[in-house]
Amino acid sequence: MTSKHIHEMGVAELAAAIADKQTSSVEAAQALLARAKQHGNLGAYLAFNEDATLAQARAADARVAAGERGPLLGVPVAHKDIFVTRDFPTTAGSKMLAGYQSPFDATVVAKLAGAGAVTLGKLNCDEFAMGGSNENSAFAVAHNPWDTGRVPGGSSGGSAVAVAARLAPAVTGTDTGGSIRQPASFCNVTGIKPTYGRCSRYGMVAFASSLDQAGPMARSAADCATLLTAMAGPDIDRDSTSLDRPAEDYTALLGKPREGASAAQPLKGLRIGLPKEFFGEGCAPDVVAAVRAALAEYEKLGATLVDISLPRTELSIPVYYIIAPAEASSNLSRFDGVKFGHRAAQYDDLVDMYQKTRSEGFGPEVQRRIMIGTYVLSHGYYDAYYLKAQQIRRLIAQDFQQAFAQCDVIAGPVAPTVAWKIGEKGDDPVANYLADIFTLPGSLAGLPGMSVPAGFGAGGLPVGLQLLGNYFKEGELLQAAHAFQQATDWHLKTPEGF
Amino acid sequence: MSLTLNDIGRIAKLARLELSGPQSERMLGQLNGFFDIVEKMNAVDTTGVEPLAHPTAVIGEVALRLRPDVVSEPNNREANQKSAPAVERGLFLVPKVIE
Repeated sequence: MTSKHIHEMGVAELAAAIADKQTSSVEAAQALLARAKQHGNLGAYLAFNEDATLAQARAADARVAAGERGPLLGVPVAHKDIFVTRDFPTTAGSKMLAGYQSPFDATVVAKLAGAGAVTLGKLNCDEFAMGGSNENSAFAVAHNPWDTGRVPGGSSGGSAVAVAARLAPAVTGTDTGGSIRQPASFCNVTGIKPTYGRCSRYGMVAFASSLDQAGPMARSAADCATLLTAMAGPDIDRDSTSLDRPAEDYTALLGKPREGASAAQPLKGLRIGLPKEFFGEGCAPDVVAAVRAALAEYEKLGATLVDISLPRTELSIPVYYIIAPAEASSNLSRFDGVKFGHRAAQYDDLVDMYQKTRSEGFGPEVQRRIMIGTYVLSHGYYDAYYLKAQQIRRLIAQDFQQAFAQCDVIAGPVAPTVAWKIGEKGDDPVANYLADIFTLPGSLAGLPGMSVPAGFGAGGLPVGLQLLGNYFKEGELLQAAHAFQQATDWHLKTPEGF
Repeated sequence: MSLTLNDIGRIAKLARLELSGPQSERMLGQLNGFFDIVEKMNAVDTTGVEPLAHPTAVIGEVALRLRPDVVSEPNNREANQKSAPAVERGLFLVPKVIE
């Protein structure tokens, strides 16, 4: 046993301790399971399977004993309950899938397991990843460890809580319209959503197929880079939108100065674009202040700030909330009470069985999005809504390409405010949708994006700095985030009592 | 343009959802609130703009792949049916459709 507690260690530290036999994977898994259960009232986890976890940990220890070393070998992680897993139930946060047992592992889960990561359990999320507060989970309210009366964000809310409260060194999340970046921002966690198509969607319970992307969340950009390296890469036979492009080592640029830069100013030459639409009156002053302070730090590291414009930022809200529900209504038609999931107990005939099953199984937000999606895809409305939204989506993506002619990275707030109080926004859909304004443009364009802890705003609540890169520039984003984290310690701040 | 309760009933039927009277009223208000912000899309001139389906298609062609039409998965019926609500002799059961 080392002097430091297991839960205090990040991925790199824990992997090294396991490789050096200062601790074992079994010991680490046991410690983290006990801690996760001790903090069960946070609502981070939805399922454990201790036997499966320890079997995986023993297998990892055997690999270590055989002389193998690896950046994830033996390291316990946990998965958002959107990824299907053979050894753990998968619910997607929905009553519809209560008790569902997948016959296979999602590609991302299998790839992490192949690298020797051990699964601690499944993490709470908004139902079918629809939401930004984790309040749409059918099973448990998730609490922000920085203020347990507040939401952790969503939809990867349980993922963010687990990392922030030190219940896991790193986790997986998914991001459709901001579901990795926003909870990371609310909980002082580092998270990255890669370019659309970079991580396989095979085995991710589908929400909006042209937007859904998997990504890691952890305590540092360096740990995120290690996980993403294991998670990403082509999955040609199993995911039709997976990009046919070789896997990359996202850790390669970490700690290296940019070309032509020095160790003192490692980001010299980096042009950071600030979209004026992200800094207007729509963003709370405490969030703007924290983001501006982080940007000043970037200037010290050698970066230059450039004013840019993303003129269609506001339009991204209706465009996203047409496209995502349209795809969701199609994807969720599979839940019919026949092949898997919930079936109503009482019904008259087949159609009545479908209707009762779906009305009982889906929560209010999911039903709303199915309604919106069904309407915009219905006869006579398709062109006015879905097609129009897909056209504006191209214009939004083109705006980014123009912006990237002037800068290398785009920066701004992740969300207009810090975490709000549980119940504060009620189930008013529009109030919830408007809070996504700064993450939706990057999602629609399919760009890689990060949330990097940038400081604290009102009430001592965390603020994340959003970094967006051009397609396939994950390595450059992580390099810029890592340089910031070498110069600051915001990302290491832990909520009191954890 | 505003949706009516009739529209809500028609969409719910298409979506195979059963909404009670109060649920329909609530849905109507919420959807009309949402479509108010959608109206902003109308002001955008999209003449001749190609819809974007795969985001990275904005920087280069994304070809849809075909694979040979051959069996790639082993028979895994038992595991696949494990979470089905009603199964008998390897078949999914549904309510009687034809008398």
